[in-house]
Amino acid sequence: MNLTAEPIHTATACAHCGDDCPAEPIRLRGKAFCCQGCKAVYELLDASNLCQYYALDEHPGQKIQPVELPGRFDYLDADSVQAQLLSFRSAELARLTLHLPQMHCASCIYLLERLYQLNPGVTDSRVNFLRKEISLSYRPADTSLKEVVKLLAALGYEPQITLAELGAQPNHGNRRIYYQLGLAGFCFGNVMLLAFPDYLSFTDELAAKFGHFFGYLSLLLALPVLLYGAQGFYRSAWAGLRQRTINLDFPISLGLTSLFSVSTYEVLSHSGAGYFDSFTGLVFFMLIGKWVQQRTYDALRFDRDFTSYFPVAVTLLTAEGEKSVSVKDLQVGQRIRVRNQEVIPADAMLMRGAGQIDYSFVTGESVPVAKVAGEVVYAGGRQVGEAVELEVVREVSQGYLTQLWNNPAFQKADAQTLETYANRVGRYFVAATLLIAAGAILYWYPRDEQMMWRAFTSVLVIACPCALSLATPFALGSALAVFGRHKFFLKNSGVAETLGRATTIVFDKTGTLTDVQRSAVEYCGPVLTEREQQAVAAVVAQSTHPLSQRLAQQLPSAALPVANFVEVPGQGLRGVVGGVTVKVGSAAFVGIDTAEPSAAGADPSLAPAQGVNLAQSAGAPEATLAASATTDKLQSRVYVSLADDLQGCFVFRNVYRQQLGPVLADLGRRYRLAVLSGDNDTEQDRLRQLFGPAAELRFRQTPQQKLDYVAELKQRGETVIMVGDGLNDAGALQQADAGVALTDTLTNFSPACDAILDAGSFGRLSTFLAFTRDCLQVVLATFVLSFVYNGLGLGLAVQGKFTPIVSAILMPISSLSVMVFATLLVRYAAHRRHL
Amino acid sequence: MEIIFGLITISLCVAVLFLLAFVWAVRTQQYDDTYTPAVRMLFEDDETQQRAEQ
Repeated sequence: MNLTAEPIHTATACAHCGDDCPAEPIRLRGKAFCCQGCKAVYELLDASNLCQYYALDEHPGQKIQPVELPGRFDYLDADSVQAQLLSFRSAELARLTLHLPQMHCASCIYLLERLYQLNPGVTDSRVNFLRKEISLSYRPADTSLKEVVKLLAALGYEPQITLAELGAQPNHGNRRIYYQLGLAGFCFGNVMLLAFPDYLSFTDELAAKFGHFFGYLSLLLALPVLLYGAQGFYRSAWAGLRQRTINLDFPISLGLTSLFSVSTYEVLSHSGAGYFDSFTGLVFFMLIGKWVQQRTYDALRFDRDFTSYFPVAVTLLTAEGEKSVSVKDLQVGQRIRVRNQEVIPADAMLMRGAGQIDYSFVTGESVPVAKVAGEVVYAGGRQVGEAVELEVVREVSQGYLTQLWNNPAFQKADAQTLETYANRVGRYFVAATLLIAAGAILYWYPRDEQMMWRAFTSVLVIACPCALSLATPFALGSALAVFGRHKFFLKNSGVAETLGRATTIVFDKTGTLTDVQRSAVEYCGPVLTEREQQAVAAVVAQSTHPLSQRLAQQLPSAALPVANFVEVPGQGLRGVVGGVTVKVGSAAFVGIDTAEPSAAGADPSLAPAQGVNLAQSAGAPEATLAASATTDKLQSRVYVSLADDLQGCFVFRNVYRQQLGPVLADLGRRYRLAVLSGDNDTEQDRLRQLFGPAAELRFRQTPQQKLDYVAELKQRGETVIMVGDGLNDAGALQQADAGVALTDTLTNFSPACDAILDAGSFGRLSTFLAFTRDCLQVVLATFVLSFVYNGLGLGLAVQGKFTPIVSAILMPISSLSVMVFATLLVRYAAHRRHL
Repeated sequence: MEIIFGLITISLCVAVLFLLAFVWAVRTQQYDDTYTPAVRMLFEDDETQQRAEQ
């Protein structure tokens, strides 16, 4: 029997978070709330007259997750932690910046900047909305860091305090580009005015009188542009030379140098006015190109590693009692306590308590895994349920997962793996320019020595590939904006080029191909009556376990009262509905005698041999209950008993993303496809069907093996895109030419990658890639356009006719037309692809 | 015509003032966050309005 019932929607929305309220909402002064947490926040704001919060935006509130436990933020009292978190500290005042990923609307700004009304110890709080950061100061005499963080958490804005955030200072962005742009713009404008008399014949008298003064003044104004404005181009060219490559900035630097030297010579020797207006203009336009290229997504982090996810401190159990220590100081053999919602910082052995470990950030699988004492749990999991005691078996940096970061793939900082078209063209450009300059010398030397110098310097001057250097930033910059509108966020424009040139796409399975938000629930066993279904629904509605919540969505709800409700973590739920005891949970919990110890029938682990798999399709639930309970350990199932009488079980199967079929069909026509799965091979047939006969399917892959496979593909000359989602894909994402992290909630953690794709846009992946190919063609077309300008200039230059006035006309026209041409063509391409 | 020397010097000085104003704007974080101040401004208006009504 398939339960296809639609989730029941109640009419009332929670006054705080806007979620649907249960059938009988909690009421306060005529307002309905979905849970106690939301009501508590409302009361808090109401008491401080901050209810304008609700008027500014439709549903500003965050659903309050009941995670508060005593001691959860105790580590913030530790001096060592405070020393690292606070950017300023004195007896009277402390300052720090916190990252609040939940910030999402104008109301959030309103509330967060009025923290002083809620906690008088807070003196000032400022929000940077784009970066989702809050800078706040408080008086340590009146309040503490712990109190402030607790207040934020209580409001639903729990700050992200992780290893990586330690010592982070308020970010000032990159201001250098603004200073450079301002300076270059200022000098360009003024030099242009001073150069004006040179271009108009009726001002000859003026030029004769003031020419030298204007010349010296222009030189003075151009000097800071050379020394400060153009610094970036020289630096980049020098860095390229040291790596024995010639990038596009080399001919730019060459051109700028010759332009400046020729002009300086002309002014000092009183032989002309020089090209200072062209020089400052060139730098100004190219800086605009850089600025366009540099604009990125402030709120997204592309460089996160495991430290961004791991906690700062952990509770250490010593003979003297509990102690908060830094995770970095954790040693093998120490005993730690991990509470509800805390992350396990190191591979450890479970000593006491029922482990319910949520590995969703590691594997992409959202259903917690049950562990019992004596089992090893791996770092990166999040404990759900009661507090557990663990004994550390490996240091943080040596863990099963974290040692991935010792791989050399993580050492190369930001080096682009593919040579960009612009740099390749730049190299030929240098060679061609030098050849033509030499040709000009040879031609003019016997004829006219003065002409020879003029032609030679003109060729070097015109060789500055300004227009060429603007093509890529403007074309790919507007491509980035188009992608951003469709929730595909690229780290920089270089990534767009890499995506456009890719040949192979490698997918992770769980969480990437499968949709963790949805699952198909099938029921097997004797059919339940409507009344019985409602009874089960009423019980599971009481629990926050992911499987319970999914089940509650599927079953018809009638809001029956539940008495004597008990949730046994890792085991199941029990409650009395209408006089009947309802038990929902693992086989052992409801009373089937099997050897299987774990809850919900699932026993995935991170161990390479086993793999994590809850999404099995092979085991059609026709098999008898007893048989499936013993043979099919890897399936996610929940057993039900009514009045201690076993009824049947619900089988949860993860389903593939809705648009997966069409996307793969599209991609398969052009790219080589591969799947790397940490799971076992039960899905092989279905994947083969989806991916076609040519695709490579690999199962039971460890994070290291995934990385190695991508490295091997690259060695074969493939350009690889890796699409993954969890920390276990982090190595492969890093190793690939372009790593794309798929995420359901953008502000949540995603491993280090080159691009972040919102799961909702997964269906357009093939369109995105086709669009990047269009963009590369636009770049090439723009190259052709700028070559035309350079050719025109060269033609004049070798004849010695390249005067300052020609330069002053040609340079802005070429730069501006390239900017406009590239932007419009990309827009047109996007329009054609319906993006 | 010698006045031109003076005039150009003065005009340059005025232009430098604008450049300095720009540098000041960047230094005082006005280019760091181009979104939040626009929203913040609206709140404060609302508050004064409420006070005026009272």
